[in-house]
Amino acid sequence: MEMNQYMSIFIDEANDHLQSLNENMLRLEQAPEDIGIVQVIFRSAHTLKGMSATMGFEDLASLTHDMENVLDLVRNGKLAMNGAIFDTLFQCLDALEGMVQDVVNGGTGKADVSALVARLQAIVKGDFSAPAAGAPAASAPSADGPIVATEMLLDQYQLSVLEQSVDSGLQVFHIVVSVRDDCVLKAVRAYMVFDVLEKNGEVVKAHPSVQDLEQDKFDKSFSVYYISQIGQEELYASIMKVSEIESATILPVDRSSLAELDQSKEQASQESFRAVRETAAAATAPAKPAASAPAAEAAPARTAPAASGGGANRTIRVDIERLDSLMNLFSELLIDRVRLEQLASEVRRNDLTETVEHMARVSADLQNIVLKLRMVPVESVFNRFPRMVRDLAKSLEKKLELVITGAETELDRTVIDEIGDPLVHLIRNSVDHGVEMPAARVAAGKPETGTVHLRAYHSGNHVFIEIEDDGNGINRPKVLDIAIQRGVVTPEEAKKLSDDEINMLIFAAGFSTADKISDISGRGVGLDVVKSKIESLGGRVSVTSTLGQGSKFSIQLPLTLSIISAMLVKLGSEKYAIPLSSIVETAAIRREEIRDLHGNKVIEYRKSVIPVLSLAQILDCPDYRDDGETETEMIVIRKGDKLAAVLVDEFISQSEIVLKTLGKYLSNQKLISGATILGDGQVALIVDPNALIK
Amino acid sequence: MAEELKVIVFTLAHEEYGIEVDKVRTIERMMPITRVPKTPAFVKGVINLRGVVIPVIDLRGRFGLEETEPGENSRIIIVAVNDLEVGFIVDSANDVIDIMSDSIEVPPEVVGGIKAKYLSGVAKFGDNRLLILLNLSEVLNRSEIVQLEQFGE
Repeated sequence: MEMNQYMSIFIDEANDHLQSLNENMLRLEQAPEDIGIVQVIFRSAHTLKGMSATMGFEDLASLTHDMENVLDLVRNGKLAMNGAIFDTLFQCLDALEGMVQDVVNGGTGKADVSALVARLQAIVKGDFSAPAAGAPAASAPSADGPIVATEMLLDQYQLSVLEQSVDSGLQVFHIVVSVRDDCVLKAVRAYMVFDVLEKNGEVVKAHPSVQDLEQDKFDKSFSVYYISQIGQEELYASIMKVSEIESATILPVDRSSLAELDQSKEQASQESFRAVRETAAAATAPAKPAASAPAAEAAPARTAPAASGGGANRTIRVDIERLDSLMNLFSELLIDRVRLEQLASEVRRNDLTETVEHMARVSADLQNIVLKLRMVPVESVFNRFPRMVRDLAKSLEKKLELVITGAETELDRTVIDEIGDPLVHLIRNSVDHGVEMPAARVAAGKPETGTVHLRAYHSGNHVFIEIEDDGNGINRPKVLDIAIQRGVVTPEEAKKLSDDEINMLIFAAGFSTADKISDISGRGVGLDVVKSKIESLGGRVSVTSTLGQGSKFSIQLPLTLSIISAMLVKLGSEKYAIPLSSIVETAAIRREEIRDLHGNKVIEYRKSVIPVLSLAQILDCPDYRDDGETETEMIVIRKGDKLAAVLVDEFISQSEIVLKTLGKYLSNQKLISGATILGDGQVALIVDPNALIK
Repeated sequence: MAEELKVIVFTLAHEEYGIEVDKVRTIERMMPITRVPKTPAFVKGVINLRGVVIPVIDLRGRFGLEETEPGENSRIIIVAVNDLEVGFIVDSANDVIDIMSDSIEVPPEVVGGIKAKYLSGVAKFGDNRLLILLNLSEVLNRSEIVQLEQFGE
């Protein structure tokens, strides 16, 4: 059997187990007395060990083996968890992660784990002279004859082979092997057991059949009649060497038990026996159609719980590049669709219009699916943070709790890939600069343990990620001093800045308020990188803060980077697109409704006064100005809680547009966030509404 | 050993210029250009080149020559250098020639009103024709645009 085909399963499963180990270790650290969690950890570690050993990653296996020994003592109440043990185990997890990563990158998964192994063994030996047995199968339950008989029945030929073997003095055994509940590669285990058996003797009969076993069509255990060339103990030892085998029960078979078997076969009129017998008959003689039917039905029924036990949805893994090219092709289709719609409206033929309308509906559904394909829960980014915060808190000697909400919120894959680093930075920043030392917190009348909230939620076409701490907040006078010192702002400018603007100064290049440079954050290259990264993703970052009570960093990200809904507008001969996500309302206003307020044009909108912007003027339109019109079209846009009315010439339509960049040469545009290709093949620019509102 | 270079020849204000063939993606006839606001005057805008949006600059404007309305012979040469893709509007483009690398000389300070830093050399070819070879990475140097953008604010 070729092992390579299991490699990707191994990697996925190993990562899942590592993630679960990390999570549960963190939970255990909060509740060290909870043996239930230890059991979960133990099982994960045990599975990982088995998988690694099977795939030949000896270092992974040996490290997990020793972790398991420590955990075994803990779950048996022979060892109490303490800080040193936690630290050692976490370091082991890091080492394991490193090794698995190496395997992912095509390496051998080898690493020097001797130091960690030695420490684990020291923990085991430190309190107890002898480690408890690693395998839980030492006291396997013994089964007696009649049960054997119900498990499977032999046909005459097999029976006579066994009888002859017993007569000629060979050792005949009935062996029941159970694999572990959480075993992933059951078929592999079974295969490996058979491999061991066939080296040392002959398998007369297996139940379920060898074919079924190889196709994973068995529940948990299988049994064989076996003629052995080696002794019972040696046989047991070699079977138990196969990993993830929970138990192996070996019963010697002699003349008398064979006779019993023979009898029970004849007595097989009892109902409980019949079902088993039919299965057995089907396995031995698949030519009998009547008997094989129930067996065929029984087989999937038995595998079903095993499959759902693995928690796997029906999914396939797809190369991200294929998704990207699907997206690109769909974008092309969308452009043609818009073009078709335009042509159809010119041609005015009913059947054509209907067909195009239908195509529009189908492509809208298709678009939904294509976009959803690329959506990934932010969980995949968030799940590394609990561990990170724990380590940070440890090294800073702070007490911290990280509360994650909305981890199921979905974001475009490309955004997910990029957002990790900025978030790491912001969380480090909150932990390092935000949350105070425990003593300082108590002195300030706050709970000793600081809290960092990490939230994600949907709103409109955006996803928001917030990082909020209940720490010290931003010291605005200090920020201003430093900003002036570093030349980020001039003293004159500084006087005019609002609180929020001062907060934003911490995102300026070359800015760090940390009194001392730590290795956690504050190397002066931090937050400006975060800001530019988020902006390059089409997002925004903002911060609100109250001195003494904490700060909140809020990141606004676009749901997707490829297709957006937009309002197409006309300014004279030019066409522009404005993303629907920032449009509050469209309306028409009369010129006299616009009033002057200190030289700025404003308009009354829903009982508040909002500024009026002339898009034609801002974009220097060559052939249109709105001043001349008595009635003007207006779009009310929103940025955060600020509103503004934007005057345009004419609304064209609302449309799904495919985002394109302007090309690297023009990458630094402030007012224009990108371009799109219209149905007529012309390029329309996408106005960035956020740049319009100052 | 002198190597043979293949160059696309185009004209700009009655001078002949050359760009190495491997840097030219395609040559297009004039097509509708969408103006991009708040850019230097020589940036004419963007075009849709088979689904890809590409910025277009007027080489006359870029070199400080007098700009003219594009005519029947005007072409857009799409070049790709240092993962920048840009279209150049030129007066005409109609030739591909081979020149020997040893016929290329260091450009004099000013040729046809263009500063030497935009030029990589001058080659003699045919019966006494002069071909001015462009230093594309300098022509496409973004720092000047950035300065211009800031100046415009």
